[in-house]
Amino acid sequence: MFISRDWKFGTVTFSFQTIFHNLPYLIGAARWTLLISGAGMAISIFLGIFVCAARISPGRGLRRAAALYISYFRGVPLLVQLLIFYYMLPSIGLNLPAIAAAILAVGMCSAAYTAEILRGALQAIPAGQTEAAHALGIAPFWLWARILVPQALRLGMPSLINELILLVKVSSLASVVGIGELTRVAQNITGETYRPLEIYISAAAIYFVINLVISVLGRIAERRLQVG
Amino acid sequence: MELGLYLHYGPALVSGFAVTILCWIAGSLGGMVVGFAIASLQHWAGRPVRWLLQAYIEIIRGTPFMIQLFILYYGGPYVGVVLGPVEAGILSFVVYGSPYFSEIFRSGFESIPKGQIEAARCVGLGEGSIVRRIILPQMLVLITAPLTNFVIILSKETAILSVVTVPELLYQTQTMAAETFTYIEPYVALSLFYWLMVVATTWLGAKVEARVTRHLRRA
Repeated sequence: MFISRDWKFGTVTFSFQTIFHNLPYLIGAARWTLLISGAGMAISIFLGIFVCAARISPGRGLRRAAALYISYFRGVPLLVQLLIFYYMLPSIGLNLPAIAAAILAVGMCSAAYTAEILRGALQAIPAGQTEAAHALGIAPFWLWARILVPQALRLGMPSLINELILLVKVSSLASVVGIGELTRVAQNITGETYRPLEIYISAAAIYFVINLVISVLGRIAERRLQVG
Repeated sequence: MELGLYLHYGPALVSGFAVTILCWIAGSLGGMVVGFAIASLQHWAGRPVRWLLQAYIEIIRGTPFMIQLFILYYGGPYVGVVLGPVEAGILSFVVYGSPYFSEIFRSGFESIPKGQIEAARCVGLGEGSIVRRIILPQMLVLITAPLTNFVIILSKETAILSVVTVPELLYQTQTMAAETFTYIEPYVALSLFYWLMVVATTWLGAKVEARVTRHLRRA
């Protein structure tokens, strides 16, 4: 069988057996990756809508606060944000478990990017629609919930999918606060087996499958929400 | 803080910053050009080409940048592609960035109602004018913010190039830290340089956005 022997490429050997022995551990670890990125996505989109609304609201204070939020979370490397959540918040009495710190850091950082994507999309919606809604006496909440947000999500969908895919990949940073997610477990297994090539290729394949699912779901959503 | 260290290591840090900027700008511009070409081909080319491009997008977007870089830099020589660190850095950036950029451009193309393009053809506008006068002004409103987002993300990804010995900012910082056993000084300089890049990008993005949304405010 092709899997029972080592394959040689030049000076490199490739062992399928290593992959098959360790795949269950990697898939088990991928559940943490899914948890972090899934919860992170929910925070990213939900919070992103509010940050975006604040960023373009008429109130000057709100606008400033949102701009500050965006420039902080886009400007500081995610790794540093994660370490702040994990190591600095306990010093002011807020003791977060590692998994909560990772989800919050990933989600809140991504929300800043989501807010900017939505802002760009909102600008592309003709102003006449908002004016018409005002003229008809539609309340601001319903204007947002029924008219602006659905269209902004559709227009920004390809960029949002980009962002969510990046989010899955940055969830690997959670390994530095001791969560046994995919990258961390891949590192551990490499340490035991000394076969980095096989293990990291398997890990990359798992990331790829997760991202493929997101991307296909995104395409379906795009078709469902078709406006043009 | 021992500021004297900067006298000695300042030039190395600045040259590292220059390499970072070079890889970042060349990579972003190249990625945008390739991304735009992919998005255009996806719009106009036949089905087999579209499927190939779709596969390219899914594969590059779905795998981590560091693994792509390893494959290009360490795996490339096996198939006869021998690149210096900086060339490998720029090329991997172009490859890595292009699918993200192409998706952003695609969202722009698709936001334009088909009726407008049909109407433009009816009144006899050429394809070039349709792109320049009708598609671009409207799609830039939508895509400037996501483009800025991704260029900022790329600026931070340049740090990964240090693992294939590209002499960029993080590499020089780590060298300085290892040689002097100091950590505060090199990393303070590092964060200042990165912050400078993000501020410059944000400022540029805001400028471009003000320029492309002119026609919305005049109304």
